[in-house]
Amino acid sequence: MNAEQKLTLKDFSSDQEVRWCPGCGDYAILKTIQKLMPTLDVPKENVVFISGIGCSSRFPYYMETYGFHTIHGRAPAIASGVKLANPDLDVWIVTGDGDGLSIGGNHLLHVLRRNIDLQILLFNNEIYGLTKGQYSPTSRVGTTSPSTPNGSIDLPLRPCTFAIGAGARFVARSIDTETKHMTPVLERAHDHQGASFVEIYQNCPVYNDGIFDYIKDKKNAADSRLILKHGSSLTFGADNQKGIRLNPKNMRLDIVTVGEDGVELDDILVHDETNKVMAQMLAELKGPDYPEPIGVLYCDPAESYDTDVYAQRDQVREDLGPADVNTLLRGGHTWTVE
Amino acid sequence: MSVVEKVAKEKTEANVVSNVVVRFAGDSGDGMQLTGNNFTEATAIYGNDLATFPDFPAEIRAPAGATFGVSAFQIYFGSEDVTTAGDEVDVLVAMNPAALITNLGDLVNGGLIVVDNGSFTEKNLVRAGYKGNPLEDSSLDAYRLISIDIGKQVLEAVKPFGLSHKFALRCKNMWTLGLVMWLFDRSRESTIDGLKAKFAHKPEIADANVAALNAGHAYGETAELPTGVEVYKVPKADVLPGLYRNTTGSEALAYGLLAGGQLARLPLMFASYPITPASSLLHTLSGQKQFDVITFQAEDEIAAACAAIGASFAGSLGVTSSSGPGISLKGEAISLACATELPLIIVNTQRGGPSTGLPTKTEQSDLNQAMFGRHADTSLPIIAASTCADCFDVAIEAVRIATKFTTPVMVLSDGYIANASEPWHVPNFVDYESFPVEFADDPENFTPANRDPETLARIWAKPGTPGLEHRIGGIEKSFETGDISYDPENHQKMTDVRKAKIDGIVNHIPEQEVSLGDGTGKLAVVGWGSTYGAIHQAVKRCRAEGLDVSHIHVRYMWPIPSNFEDLLRGFDQVLVPEMNMGQFVEVIRSKFLIDAQRLNKVSGQPFKIREVEEAIKALLEAS
Repeated sequence: MNAEQKLTLKDFSSDQEVRWCPGCGDYAILKTIQKLMPTLDVPKENVVFISGIGCSSRFPYYMETYGFHTIHGRAPAIASGVKLANPDLDVWIVTGDGDGLSIGGNHLLHVLRRNIDLQILLFNNEIYGLTKGQYSPTSRVGTTSPSTPNGSIDLPLRPCTFAIGAGARFVARSIDTETKHMTPVLERAHDHQGASFVEIYQNCPVYNDGIFDYIKDKKNAADSRLILKHGSSLTFGADNQKGIRLNPKNMRLDIVTVGEDGVELDDILVHDETNKVMAQMLAELKGPDYPEPIGVLYCDPAESYDTDVYAQRDQVREDLGPADVNTLLRGGHTWTVE
Repeated sequence: MSVVEKVAKEKTEANVVSNVVVRFAGDSGDGMQLTGNNFTEATAIYGNDLATFPDFPAEIRAPAGATFGVSAFQIYFGSEDVTTAGDEVDVLVAMNPAALITNLGDLVNGGLIVVDNGSFTEKNLVRAGYKGNPLEDSSLDAYRLISIDIGKQVLEAVKPFGLSHKFALRCKNMWTLGLVMWLFDRSRESTIDGLKAKFAHKPEIADANVAALNAGHAYGETAELPTGVEVYKVPKADVLPGLYRNTTGSEALAYGLLAGGQLARLPLMFASYPITPASSLLHTLSGQKQFDVITFQAEDEIAAACAAIGASFAGSLGVTSSSGPGISLKGEAISLACATELPLIIVNTQRGGPSTGLPTKTEQSDLNQAMFGRHADTSLPIIAASTCADCFDVAIEAVRIATKFTTPVMVLSDGYIANASEPWHVPNFVDYESFPVEFADDPENFTPANRDPETLARIWAKPGTPGLEHRIGGIEKSFETGDISYDPENHQKMTDVRKAKIDGIVNHIPEQEVSLGDGTGKLAVVGWGSTYGAIHQAVKRCRAEGLDVSHIHVRYMWPIPSNFEDLLRGFDQVLVPEMNMGQFVEVIRSKFLIDAQRLNKVSGQPFKIREVEEAIKALLEAS
């Protein structure tokens, strides 16, 4: 990127016609990311978007960057190869709840465990869109769909819980249409060294419309969202009078009201995004009984796998000197026939 | 024919034999593979030509004394060219009753048996299925027997080193090796060096093993052995002058990939998942970080293939490896590489199948899979390695073809050549011609659909290159722009182009040669892969008897060299021996309408020379 030439949203928009359904939450996410990209200090030619299969996985086609639309569930594996081959690249994975947590669950687990330095954006719409509306591993119990006409039975997976359990060291959540919230979350995900995981609540207007209305609806937002800020009290509600308190007797989180029953602000938990146990508890909070946390649940960086791979290799090279095929072939026992 | 009889028949000076087959057999924990490898090294240094066949069970530590836990290592060495591990065994070392009962059938009449009689206990005899003790009845009368309580000998030999009983007995294999080395006049030096290096941090273990080795050797020199058992001379082979080393197919293949990467001026990314018998490739390359190679043990076979594809997209050469069942899992990803036209190397070290099948045994199981084992029309080049040493050149060829034509390439090896070792006339890397890859860098008129007009290879533009930002993927792309296209005519065109590209590779590979014999005649024996040695020797023997037979061995399985059909039509008959139920023979029959005959074997064991020889004679006599 030429430093004098400031890039804009347009520079990151490809000439391909966007083909998501009208009203799809993906449009808003695309716009947010196209706007974000010029502000990140990364040469455009180093940006790579990698996806699997599904509605969200069409994403790379619309970005004027390098992109690879791969196969169902395998984006984390392909992206791992890309990043290991060239650690200078800025690698983004775009996946969905079916792609990332069902067919690709194993790869998602391992890319997080290894802590490869890349960003994973999981668009969670709790449904299979592209295959016409079957229930997904994040669908709530009772979801009626073509494959579950009498309602789904199996328990859904919580993406952030999964990510923390897999060993992710950056886990966050945002909402498709909330550019103002999502932008700084994505900035932090990008800055984070290692694998960063962002779940984005995304509305599917065709097969699962309104599934996140309880949290998206501005009228209820104060009560339905727990907006996370490192170092700040976990309070919510119209006047921030409600809060999350740890009950030390049963290790559960209780909703309490400051000023009632002798509860003081000091009793409310303070968000510590480096605390894994707290992150796990927060990730489990689910409406309507609890407000749902949005923002950065967990951030505790460690050396990334790709950094260590190259460090180990450099050490070997330093110890052994330059490689030579003829030396290799003549290593070990040899003998000469006259 | 026994060693003794060979001496008599060849009427040479006393105790000189031209070739010998020795098999070491014992429990899988007895260290027979290590023993065999040490003997192999000493034999190579001695100057014999040789070939080996390690044959071990899938169980890492089967119950002691069990027949299914017997691990064997066979070596065929001699003064003539040796290309197989031999048919019949001349000398059998059996460390327990199970090893004896499972291997005796392959021993020639009059052959020599070395047994550890200390292990012929009531319990072990019953476990092996013996009703009585074969050392005490007359059942071994047809052979020469050296029966020794090796355990007792070893305990005596290693006494000064203060090892526990258990550790002391672990030196039994070295004692036995010492005796066999005496028998064939091998030098113990390389084994002693190896022991000292291996146990550098445990010198008492090294010393004990060396003492056991020397004691076994001394036993041969001093003990009274059966009549006719004394030191045999196996004259040095008349081989091409130059520098030699031993190599397994896996090693040579790994080195070939590294060499190929250098010739292409490309970094390698080797992504794999553990599977027998393919894992040794991953092990070897993981230890070569001084080269431009990154190794990645992925979470599964699919991820390994995908990571390799990702690496190729990023401008490295992605390589993945497995055996048949793992290649099945990689199938969808390989088709993605075909659709996106990225270079990729897939190494299949074939094993007995289907399913888990015989993981440690060899089979040419997966030619059909390599040719047809994916969804849709996804033709890709396939090349097969025929010997351990050949793996080196095959790997380089795979790199050349994958990068020149931006395509996945399937390399077929198998459990036999992957694990067996043979002397390798070490090539000089300076003699290899480089084939540097050129990446796209000019944004002028760039599209990801651009092709080399001659090879039809898709342009390779790697992320990080300014101005070439583009998207690729599994959805069908426009021939002109590389954008998504659902246009019916375009799909036909793209399918045709992908096929034409692979078919066109025939213009960039050598013509099919005749390995042995004339270019026309009564019978061509057509082989591929690791059957090379058995076919070569069988054809050689038949030709020595005046039979009109030639050996054609195919490396380029797909596309098949352009002269192949004409070559085959120059023979009255064609015989295709394969360690499967007839996979290549079907290709020959269907593609060329040639009435090729089959010879099939799927026992998990390589062909014996005799089996191929008999099939040749049967065909020629019938005609």
